[in-house]
Amino acid sequence: MATVTLDNLRKTFGKTEIIHGVDIDITDGEFIVIVGPSGCGKSTLLRMVAGLETVTSGEVRINGARVNEKEPMDRNIAMVFQNYALYPHMSVFDNMAYGLKIAGKPKAEIAARVADAARLLQLEPYLQRKPRELSGGQRQRVAMGRAIVREPDVFLFDEPLSNLDAKLRVQMRLEIRQLQRKLGITALYVTHDQVEAMTLADRMIVMNAGVAEQIGAPMEVYENPATTFVAGFIGSPPMNFLSDSALPALPPTTRLGIRPEHVTLTAPGRGRADATALYSEALGAETLVHLRLGDGEQVTARIGGKTVPPAEGTELGLAWPDDHAMLFGPDGKRIPPG
Amino acid sequence: MEKRVTFKGWFLPLLLVLPQAIVSAVFFFYPAGQAVWQSMFIPDPFGLKSQFVGLGNFEYLLGNSYYRASFVTTAIFSTLVTVVSMGVALYLALLADRLIKGSGTYRTLLIWPYAVAPAIAGVLWLFMFNTRVGVVAWYLGVLGYDWNHVLNGTEAMGLVVVASSWGRISYNFLFFLAGLQAIPKSVIEAAAIDGAHFWTRFRTIVWPLLSPTTFFLLVVNIVYAFFETFGVIHTITAGGPQQATTILVYKVFSDGFVGQDLGSSAAQSVILLIVVSALTIVQFKFVERRVHY
Repeated sequence: MATVTLDNLRKTFGKTEIIHGVDIDITDGEFIVIVGPSGCGKSTLLRMVAGLETVTSGEVRINGARVNEKEPMDRNIAMVFQNYALYPHMSVFDNMAYGLKIAGKPKAEIAARVADAARLLQLEPYLQRKPRELSGGQRQRVAMGRAIVREPDVFLFDEPLSNLDAKLRVQMRLEIRQLQRKLGITALYVTHDQVEAMTLADRMIVMNAGVAEQIGAPMEVYENPATTFVAGFIGSPPMNFLSDSALPALPPTTRLGIRPEHVTLTAPGRGRADATALYSEALGAETLVHLRLGDGEQVTARIGGKTVPPAEGTELGLAWPDDHAMLFGPDGKRIPPG
Repeated sequence: MEKRVTFKGWFLPLLLVLPQAIVSAVFFFYPAGQAVWQSMFIPDPFGLKSQFVGLGNFEYLLGNSYYRASFVTTAIFSTLVTVVSMGVALYLALLADRLIKGSGTYRTLLIWPYAVAPAIAGVLWLFMFNTRVGVVAWYLGVLGYDWNHVLNGTEAMGLVVVASSWGRISYNFLFFLAGLQAIPKSVIEAAAIDGAHFWTRFRTIVWPLLSPTTFFLLVVNIVYAFFETFGVIHTITAGGPQQATTILVYKVFSDGFVGQDLGSSAAQSVILLIVVSALTIVQFKFVERRVHY
């Protein structure tokens, strides 16, 4: 049970500042996802909370107490690594019991807690196996189990699903979410996958080049992105951006953002802009139509899977409702409507 | 899945094995065979004829108190050389592994002594500890310690152990450092988060994961201490004082080439061969069981 506070957190390697001040108050039991492209500093941010990287300036507080100078073992956290970081020479049982043994817990309690975690994660048949005798998904579960048995204040996840295949990733994503809900332990989760961020997070931090561009609940971020970066990063396929060369009505140097699902196709001249159909991708439930505007910019429209997509080279008009169009200034920041 | 090459006939595979077979035959099997053959003879003082004595040389050796003393000396010497060279190397490797800046320089400097030939290393240490002109011996004198490895057997043993270990530390360091760097950093970090401080991490994670390297070095270093330290002992103490540093391989040389007792020397080589084979078998049989691969 813990709150975590990051207060103007900065990190410098040599002379290069790579985290430019991140602030967030995380409430007890909240699931926070830090999402961003590779190299944006999201893993460094997590490692600063873990105590694996020093804090250059600013403060990390767990339960209100400053932990900047504390060693990782004194922060009562548990971390799941991207490569699982299991102890290869220990059995699954010993891997999970390691932290408890070091803490000097009685043998009976260790056995009981490991058994509980093993039951929760369906690892009971594998307790005596070595990590190399397990599949990727099972190793992932052991890493989770090792985190759970310690009953930490905070869970830290560093891209825990990126080494799994797509199907297993979806399944584990769900399990992680249910487990965190059940245990009610505050979690920080780093990923580059915006789908994971959308599905897991209570709130997410969208990072770009060492800056937290936006912090908010997934749907709020999706509906109201604060910058072009956030608008383009969250949502798949990404948001379309149109400049004033395609839409003469726009104020100069601003750009209009519109999500693919809000673009509708009409007859040429009937919409807000005209475009030529390039190609379509039928995904079953939906079809993505890629089009080119008069000025060469590309636009994607999402239409129903049953709709017959326009043939290549067809001239079309593009329409969208006003309340779904977002205006972004030359600095990439959102210009509020009205 | 094992990859296998299948040959049609016998000619090509035999041809491919031939170079190695020839080298082994000429430089190992033939001399070893000669040693076994010679160990059953006693040559006359002029080397004109030999007399067959069967296992007489072995009988004599095993009843000889000097030879038995040499066994004890060898055991002490090789244990000390192995422990000292591996211990110091592991300590240095642990320090170098934690370095962030300038680790390349340290590494290079630490590897240099390996390039020094054993005999040269022996002379180097001999000069430093020479009872008349040695720098270290002189400073020890200033501090009130009268160093004299020429007369004191314990000091002589200490000196040959240090001189033999010195160059070996570089070699062991290299392997230990590589072994340490092969341990994934995240495993160490996971242990740190699990609450293990440096020493606990070393005992429960690093040491077990390093055990293949340690085992390999153990075998290699014992063989080194048995054979390759000859040059160091020859230059520093010549087996003295009072045979205090006469290890088995040195006794093979001194009895055979100085004492001209070739039959006994050959018998000693055979015994040495048996001892080293036995040691290696024991190491692989018993120590390897505890090694985590």
